[in-house]
Amino acid sequence: MSTAMLVPLATGNALTIGLFLAVVAVTLYITFWASRQSKTAADYYAGGRSFSGFQNGLAVSGDYMSAASFLGISGAIALYGYDGFLYSIGFLVAWLVALLLIAELLRNSGRFTMADQLAYRMRQTPVRTAAATSTIVVSIFYLLAQMVGAGSLVGLLLGVTSPALKNLVIVGVGVLMIIYVTFGGMKGTTWVQIVKAVMLMTGTVLITFLVLVKFGFNLSNLLGSAAEKSGKGEAFLQPGLLYGKDLVGKFDFLSLALALVLGTAGLPHILIRFYTTPTSQAARKSVLWAIGLIGGFYLMTLVLGFGAAALVDTAKGSQIQTSAGNAASPLLAQAVGGGEGTLGGSVLLALISAVAFATILAVVAGLTLTSASSVAHDLYANVFKKGQASERSELRVARIAAFGIGAIAILLAIPAQRLNIAFLVALAFAVAASANLPALLYNLFWKRFNTMGATFSIYGGLIMAVLLVTFSPVVSGTPMSLFPSANFDWFPLRNPGLISIPFGFLCGIVGTLISKETHSAERYDELSVRALTGAGAEKAVTH
Amino acid sequence: MPDRSTPTYEAGEADRLPAHDHELYNTIAQDRDFVELRRRYRSFAIPATIGFMAWYLLYVICNNWARDFMDTKVIGNINIALVWGLLQFVSTFTIAYFYARHAKKSLDPLSSKLRDEFDRESGR
Repeated sequence: MSTAMLVPLATGNALTIGLFLAVVAVTLYITFWASRQSKTAADYYAGGRSFSGFQNGLAVSGDYMSAASFLGISGAIALYGYDGFLYSIGFLVAWLVALLLIAELLRNSGRFTMADQLAYRMRQTPVRTAAATSTIVVSIFYLLAQMVGAGSLVGLLLGVTSPALKNLVIVGVGVLMIIYVTFGGMKGTTWVQIVKAVMLMTGTVLITFLVLVKFGFNLSNLLGSAAEKSGKGEAFLQPGLLYGKDLVGKFDFLSLALALVLGTAGLPHILIRFYTTPTSQAARKSVLWAIGLIGGFYLMTLVLGFGAAALVDTAKGSQIQTSAGNAASPLLAQAVGGGEGTLGGSVLLALISAVAFATILAVVAGLTLTSASSVAHDLYANVFKKGQASERSELRVARIAAFGIGAIAILLAIPAQRLNIAFLVALAFAVAASANLPALLYNLFWKRFNTMGATFSIYGGLIMAVLLVTFSPVVSGTPMSLFPSANFDWFPLRNPGLISIPFGFLCGIVGTLISKETHSAERYDELSVRALTGAGAEKAVTH
Repeated sequence: MPDRSTPTYEAGEADRLPAHDHELYNTIAQDRDFVELRRRYRSFAIPATIGFMAWYLLYVICNNWARDFMDTKVIGNINIALVWGLLQFVSTFTIAYFYARHAKKSLDPLSSKLRDEFDRESGR
């Protein structure tokens, strides 16, 4: 049994490679189709604001459900049982912040980037510089996670172990994402997300159904078999296998939970998706669809995770263990399809692998576009050119920036392969919650808030989050750290959120109160009218 | 096309709008309908946010510090921890549903009326 599992997943390799190439072909076709349709800045940055609530809901889900959720969460459940499920709960509940406080107001009061909404009533240069900095930092952390994931995942799925080939995969993914973003812009990227979301939901529903059939649609039976097979018994279904083993661990979990629930509504690549809809009502609808789709998806990962624990070997030395759980979903697909060596098993394995690959491509495209937009629209057009740049030159800079960011991501991802993917994603969430969310919320709900408050909260939250991680056990002090032999781990928590999020909010208050600027407060009523009614908001492009 | 000449100081995006737009915004801001719209929006969004955050954090805290309670079996192999986790999904869906209903019934009519007023007055 265990020797069979140790054999690389090479069976059905030709089929897997064929499906991968099909995914690449379809996405490239979409990209070139979209590039012929994109003419104006609103087309490039916001897909012409012409996507319906349902379409954008699918695209938001496609942007949000990264390989870290698809492979990571089901893998964590397969290895740690109930505790693996906790990630998904934070990831879902977080959408209420976006729905209730951010999505519609942002759609009405901004244009292309996160910074637009702050720049309405603040002094543009400092605020846009700050917001662009945190946009790029958050996106790069997130991007690295996806690309490192792509390298190890494709390596795993195709049975490739050589580091040179893994690097080649990373370079390949990087080149693809540069093409998507440079040519397709937001329109192409959005359609790539939509296709990916449909593929991901279909694949997940199929495997979930097949797992449930095996257990007679009885959740309790599934949990029982998983607990028994895991060798951990009852404990597998209870809190505590992964988080909160001691007091530091308990606070670490609290910190993670806070970062997850507050991070989503501060992720720049999610925020700019709301600009692709024609009205704030459509933006609201897209969040409602996203909540339904993402919620349904995470409920299914519960079945996938426990299903993998019950049906696939998860013992020490098994492929699920050595891949830190990432192989759980693909191996489960193989098992419910009939097992290794069977036609059904190979087909399902290839299918789920292709879904995972499409997932990575779509998410990296979204992130690259976000950073490129911020460089071109915030830094070039407004900070550097003071709003006097022509649309053509701005779009040219956006394309160059997409190329540059793609190149940087490739160069960083190759050495970053030592880093843990989940850590990079959690760090992106922590920075988003500490740096971006306070500024966005204060801007919408606090009249007195001003330029200095905005820059203080963005830089304060950003610097605190990054510093705390640098001095945490993630970077040094333990055998699992980035620098295992060094010891500068004086901050005990692995996730900085518990300290850095309140710190970001506090910096916003301090900065606001020490500044004498009153201009921004005078514009608060205008911003409120725009945000709540959509009066004067950007309209959809009609060609 | 609004006047896009750079003002002498480093201004916000809003300073590029024509003066007439600013007057209109400030008039609407005083409008009774707008005050009512803002009240209706906030009276839902703020309590709902406090509610779901408290409900979520309580769940997180119980995972840490009320393990015996969370381990209690409800039916078969399903314990309170799992049920409460699933209830987080239920509460998220429920709040989203009620917000959508509230927005459609109580917010959208007011906001579209004010938006039309703005469009008419500003000649867009």
